Amino acid sequence: MSDLKVSKISNGTVIDHISPGKGLVVMSLLGLDGSSKRTTSLLMNVESSKMERKDILKVEDRKLKEEEVMSVSVLAPEATVNIIDNQSVVEKKLVELPEKIEGVLECPNPHCVTNTDEPLDVSFEIIDKKPVMLKCGYCERKFTTQELDI
Amino acid sequence: MKKNLISINDLERSDIESFLSTASEVEKLTKRKASDILPGCILSTLFLEPSTRTRLSFEAAMQRLGGTTINLASEVSSVQKGENITDTGKVVAGYTDICVVRSPYEGTARMLTEKTKVPIINGGDGANQHPTQTLLDLFTIKKEFGSIDGLKIGMMGDLKYGRTVHSLAEALDNYSVEIRLISPDETKMPEHIVKEVGVEEETNKMKIKDLDVLYTTRIQKERFPDKQEYERVKDVFVLDEERVKEMKKDAILMHPLPRIDEIKPEGDKLPQARYFEQAKNGVPARMGIILELLGVEVNV
Repeated sequence: MSDLKVSKISNGTVIDHISPGKGLVVMSLLGLDGSSKRTTSLLMNVESSKMERKDILKVEDRKLKEEEVMSVSVLAPEATVNIIDNQSVVEKKLVELPEKIEGVLECPNPHCVTNTDEPLDVSFEIIDKKPVMLKCGYCERKFTTQELDI
Repeated sequence: MKKNLISINDLERSDIESFLSTASEVEKLTKRKASDILPGCILSTLFLEPSTRTRLSFEAAMQRLGGTTINLASEVSSVQKGENITDTGKVVAGYTDICVVRSPYEGTARMLTEKTKVPIINGGDGANQHPTQTLLDLFTIKKEFGSIDGLKIGMMGDLKYGRTVHSLAEALDNYSVEIRLISPDETKMPEHIVKEVGVEEETNKMKIKDLDVLYTTRIQKERFPDKQEYERVKDVFVLDEERVKEMKKDAILMHPLPRIDEIKPEGDKLPQARYFEQAKNGVPARMGIILELLGVEVNV
């Protein structure tokens, strides 16, 4: 594999083995839109021995929370999440599809009560893993990841 | 834990049977005996969009049980003044022992189960669910035939958008029945429901002669982008006297009402017509639902 063009980070999170081309949606899902002052690097279509090509996302000074790791799993089921502290990997997590995802995704159904001003978090139940199919916990509609507007 | 009735998909066969048998028990009581069951209890109806049959039959059901009702009408509701449904729901449910909610927003009733302390009944949430209609439909079928298993059931008309037929098909998945879907190609039942419930036959011909139950719904003009297409299909599925006579003598013809042209009034007097009885069954069916959710047993 050729040398990476982005250097190692000292503290933060590296999400590796994201399916090629999905890095941008993972960024969007995590709310990484450039408004925070954190340095974020995205490498797309990097050569990989395991999956031929992959995307890698490096977020400095931010450690992903458990529910964020879970939400990544919906879009990038093969990703690995590395938590970096003082230039070393202190935690390595394989993302795993949970039974439920709460408070991260938005329901694409415009008539769903979660798209009104009501104070509630959207929850999705994962009803199928291959391909991933999610069911909104409120309006009960079922969506593929492509149908989720992320 | 408090019980709620939000979606047919939350129910197993034993839950459905429990609702139906309580409805059947309470129907056997004299009016006086029934009215001794829930004196002092109050049911609230929080309806954010218009309804005739659902609201009135819930009111009648609670009053038959000796309780009373309070209603929040959509046109004067505090929601119109900008209060969110959560706050309105908390207040209204807080005044009463049980609350029926109808809303154009899908998932409203489920949301209120998390925000309130009394049982919540979904009286219809947009295109999603209307479980009390489904239970009264099943109650009607069971009352007629004694059992739901073994029946040949046809659903006809707008199977694409009609939530009553979606919920009924999902509920019937708990029983050993043969389901036939009859509709123009433009209003076929969504593929995911067909797959889920195990349908025996889908047809665009009016094959009704061998059915035990024919459940028909209105094909709505506004669903058709091409009005000429609507004109072409709307008469294919009209049930006039001749058509209804083609059905078995002991078959029943159901419709959630309101009907417009799809069943001609001349069919009302035929032995198969059951839609007005079906509507009437809304009261005992909903009495059963109220009692089940409040955990009150019927002593015959």
